[in-house]
Amino acid sequence: MSTKKGMEVSIAASVAAKLARVEAIAAYPITPQTHIVEHLAELVANGELEAAYINVESEHSAMSACVGASATGARTFTSTSSQGMELMHEILFIASGMRLPIVMAAVNRALSSPLSIWGDHSDIMAARDTGWVMVFCENGQEVVDSIIMAFKIAEDRRVLLPMMVNLDGFSLSHVIEPIEFPSQEDVDRFLPPYNPLYTLHPDKPVTMGAYAMPELYTEAKYSQEMAIRNSKTVVKEVMDQFSREFGRTYNLVETYNTEKADTVFMALGSINENIKTAIDSLKEGGKELGLVSLRLFRPFPDAEVLEVLKNKKKIVVLERVMPGGAMNGPLFNEMASLVVSNGLNVQLENFIFGLGGRDVEPEELMDVYEQVVSSAKLSHADNKNYGVIGVRS
Amino acid sequence: MRMKSLERYTDNPEFEYATSGHRACQGCAEILALRLGLKVFGRDSIIAMATGCMEIISTPLPTTSWRLPWIHVAFENAAAVASGIESGIGILMDKGKIARKDINVIAIAGDGGTSDIGLQALSGAMERGHNFTYICVDNEAYMNTGIQRSSSTPFGAMTTTSPPGKKSIGQATQKKNMPKIAAAHNIPYVATACPSYPFDFLAKIKKAKAAKGPAYIHVLSVCPTGWRIPSDQAIHYGRLAVRTGIFPLYEVENGRYRITYSPEPLRPVSEYIKGQGRFRHLTEDLIAEIQDHVNHDWQDLKNHSEMK
Repeated sequence: MSTKKGMEVSIAASVAAKLARVEAIAAYPITPQTHIVEHLAELVANGELEAAYINVESEHSAMSACVGASATGARTFTSTSSQGMELMHEILFIASGMRLPIVMAAVNRALSSPLSIWGDHSDIMAARDTGWVMVFCENGQEVVDSIIMAFKIAEDRRVLLPMMVNLDGFSLSHVIEPIEFPSQEDVDRFLPPYNPLYTLHPDKPVTMGAYAMPELYTEAKYSQEMAIRNSKTVVKEVMDQFSREFGRTYNLVETYNTEKADTVFMALGSINENIKTAIDSLKEGGKELGLVSLRLFRPFPDAEVLEVLKNKKKIVVLERVMPGGAMNGPLFNEMASLVVSNGLNVQLENFIFGLGGRDVEPEELMDVYEQVVSSAKLSHADNKNYGVIGVRS
Repeated sequence: MRMKSLERYTDNPEFEYATSGHRACQGCAEILALRLGLKVFGRDSIIAMATGCMEIISTPLPTTSWRLPWIHVAFENAAAVASGIESGIGILMDKGKIARKDINVIAIAGDGGTSDIGLQALSGAMERGHNFTYICVDNEAYMNTGIQRSSSTPFGAMTTTSPPGKKSIGQATQKKNMPKIAAAHNIPYVATACPSYPFDFLAKIKKAKAAKGPAYIHVLSVCPTGWRIPSDQAIHYGRLAVRTGIFPLYEVENGRYRITYSPEPLRPVSEYIKGQGRFRHLTEDLIAEIQDHVNHDWQDLKNHSEMK
C-alpha cells in the first residue's frame, strides 16, 4: 500500500532515507540542504528512525564520518550543497576509491564568489568526476524513488560505489508536491539490509585505505573505473525492478516528444519541466522540439543517448554552470565527445542558463529554439562557443 | 623490557599487533610507541589513522603491518573517521546486527595531522563526546614529507621550512600546547607520554581505554632522522626531554591535573639541546630563552597539578 501526500521535496527526501532504513547519518547544515538534515534529526530524535546521527563540525568531517560509518557496514546517508560539496571534495574521491556505498542527496546550488545560496549546477559539475554514480531528478517523486533505488544500486556487489541523487536547490528542494510514498513493507522487500563484503571489525581484521605504488595505482584505478562503467547495467536493472514493483517507470535517459522533432534540447534536473512546457507551446504553433533528459549522468549513458539521438539534426545542450575557461560547458563537451567518436552529423549548440537561481521562462527557451532552427550554426557574442540565456552585458 | 612487566597491562604481551617488516626509519620512537600501546588496547580494537609516517611505513598495497582492523582515509580527518566508526559499530550493535562488546576505537595522527590540519576534526569529535582514544604521535615536524615545521615544532628548531639564516633563528614560534587544548574540551582523560617511559605510557593507555568518552594522549616520539641525532639515541633523548622539563609527563583526569613523573630537580635544557642537529645553530642567548620558558611552563604545570 502506498500513500500520496503533499509535501516539501526536502522533507520527502528525508522520509525516503527513513524508508531505506539508513543507519548512520553525518551532516553539516548548508542552505538549501537544511530541511533534509533537520527532518532526519527530528525522525531520529522522535525514535521514528533508529540511526546514528553525527552532528559533525564541517562537511569535510561529514564525508569523513560517512566513510568511517560505511566501513563498519552501516547503511550511510548524507546531504550537502555548494560550498559544502567543495569542502568534502577531497573525501568524495576517497569514498569512491574505497568502494563505500554511501548515498548523498546533493541539493544543487551555485558556488561563491559572488556568494549565492540559489540553485545551479556549479557544485555538482565541479564534483562530476569523483567516481560517484550520479542521477538527476526533475520532481519530488523522482527524488524519493531515486534515494530508495540509490541504496540498492550502490550496495550491489557488482557496483559498491557511492551514489549521489541530485536535486535543484529551491526550485525543487523547497517546492511542495504531491508525492506517492511506498509502504515500508514494499521498500523492505525491494531493498534488503546492506550485506557488506568487508567491514572494520576485530573478528576479521582488514586494512582499508592502503596506498599504492606506481606498479599498482593504475590497476586500482582501472578496476574502479570498470566498476563505475559497468554499474550502468545495475542501474538499469534496479530501475526496471522498481518500475515492476512500484509501477513508476524509470529509464537511464528520458525523452519527450523526440519522435517527430529534428531538434532536441538536452538538460539535467528540474529545468526539464519548463522545457516540456515550452515544447507543448511550440507544438500548438506547429513546431516540433524534443527533449532528452539524462536521469543517469555518471556513468554517462552513451549508448542510450546515441539511441535517442538517431536521425536528429540539431542538439541544444543547456546547462547551469559557467565553463570556467573551457570551450563549452561540461555536458556539451561530453556530447561533443559522443558526436565525434560516433561520427554523427549533427549541429551541436550550447546555452548556459539559470545561474545562481536565475529563472528561465518557457518563452526564453522557445526563443532559443527559434534561434537554433533558423541557423546552420549560431555565432555567439564575444566569439564564445555558447550563448548565455538572458545575460546583460 | 621484561614481558613480565607488560603483563600488568595486557593478557598477551608477546602478541604483536604492529608487526615487523614495516618501513619505519631506524630508531623511530613512533612505531615503538604504537607497538607497545596496541598491546594494551588488545584485539578488540579498530584503528583510524591519518596520513603520515605511521601510515606510509605500514601499508603499501598489497601488504599491511596491522593485525587489527585499520583504516586510512586522509590527512586531516582521523578523528572524524573514528567518529563514524564509533557511531557505525554503535548502531549496528543497537540493532543487533553485530554482537555487543567493548570495541576500542583509536584514532592516530602525527603532530601535523593533529595540531595543524586535523585540529578542527579533533575538536569536533572531542566536543561530541565519542567514545574513542586519540593518540597524537608527535615527532615535532612534518617528517614524512621531509622535515617541514608544524605548529608543534619547538622554538629554535631547524626544519626545511624554518631554516636558520641571517634573518632567522629557525622556528620562531613556541610549540602549540595540544594537551591543554584537548583538556579545554573537558573530556574524561588527557595525558602526555613518551615511549622512553614505557610503563607510564602503558598505564595511560590503560586509563584512556577505560575512559567513557574521548581520551587524548600526546606522545612525544623522538625522530632521529628529523632531529639529526644518531638512531640509537631515541630513548635517551626522550628521557632528556622529560628530565629537562621540556616535555613533562602528566595526565588530566576529569579535569584534575597530575604530574605522573617528577623530574625535579630539572636538568638544564642545554643537555637536551646540545646533541641535536636541529638545534646546532642556537646561541647561548637563545638556549637561555628556552630555559626561561621551560622554567615558567613547569611552574605553571605544577601550580595546576597534584604531585604524585
